[in-house]
Amino acid sequence: MAGYRTPLGRVRGLGAAKHGVGHFIGQRVSAVALVFLVLWGVYSALALAQADYAGAQAWMRSPWHAIPLAFLLSAALYHGQLGMRVVIEDYIHKPLSKNALLILSLFVCWLGAAIGVFSILKVALGGGAL
Amino acid sequence: MSEAKGDAGRPKAADRPLSPHLLNWRPHLTMTVSILHRFTGMALYGGALIVAGWAAALASGGDAYDEYRGLLGSPLGRLVLLGVTFSIFYHLAGGLRHLAWDLGYGFEKRTADTTATAVVAFAVTATIAVGAIVFFAGLGLL
Repeated sequence: MAGYRTPLGRVRGLGAAKHGVGHFIGQRVSAVALVFLVLWGVYSALALAQADYAGAQAWMRSPWHAIPLAFLLSAALYHGQLGMRVVIEDYIHKPLSKNALLILSLFVCWLGAAIGVFSILKVALGGGAL
Repeated sequence: MSEAKGDAGRPKAADRPLSPHLLNWRPHLTMTVSILHRFTGMALYGGALIVAGWAAALASGGDAYDEYRGLLGSPLGRLVLLGVTFSIFYHLAGGLRHLAWDLGYGFEKRTADTTATAVVAFAVTATIAVGAIVFFAGLGLL
């Protein structure tokens, strides 16, 4: 019998699903985190600019570097994925292209975060190369 | 519905003005700053992947790391890093401006123009500062 009711009729009176603002909130919360992480990132990049391989490895072995870097990378890619999603939705209107690009962007961000965090942990915990 | 016969007198959907479209606007400060915010955001998407690649190179051994470092130190690499640096500072300042808007501040025309100028000024100054540190402190990336 429920099958005869319209979608609107079925949800009317149930209130909002409370999921609509997820993107908005996620973008802003990650933005606040990135304010600090990114400043630290610039400082660290300058500190690392003159370091060779051994120096960079030594830098990464400190938890004070590895953990913020993992956070910076994850937060940046999360924030970037949310932002790129808006750009794609704004300019690409063909459903197939749009959805393909959205999924591609999602995969790129997850892959970047996975490779990045794995690499950080490998150097931070593992010690030796390769 | 009486749609079928009444269609002739109505403008076609394509003729009606669409929601604010880029081509309908004379370029102005707040608009340019807004567009640049989006561009720098897209650039930083690439910047984050460069950082992921750097970590991967570091985890792959000395040769891979030196090669990646050489890539970043090449003229093109330096140009990209300069662009990423500018994008970081620009998007950072622009993002703070957006957060202020989210809290309800800074919507007045004057204020919006002032903060737009401040965003550009901060990004340019900070980028020059970082560039100067790299250049003069001998952090020449190789």
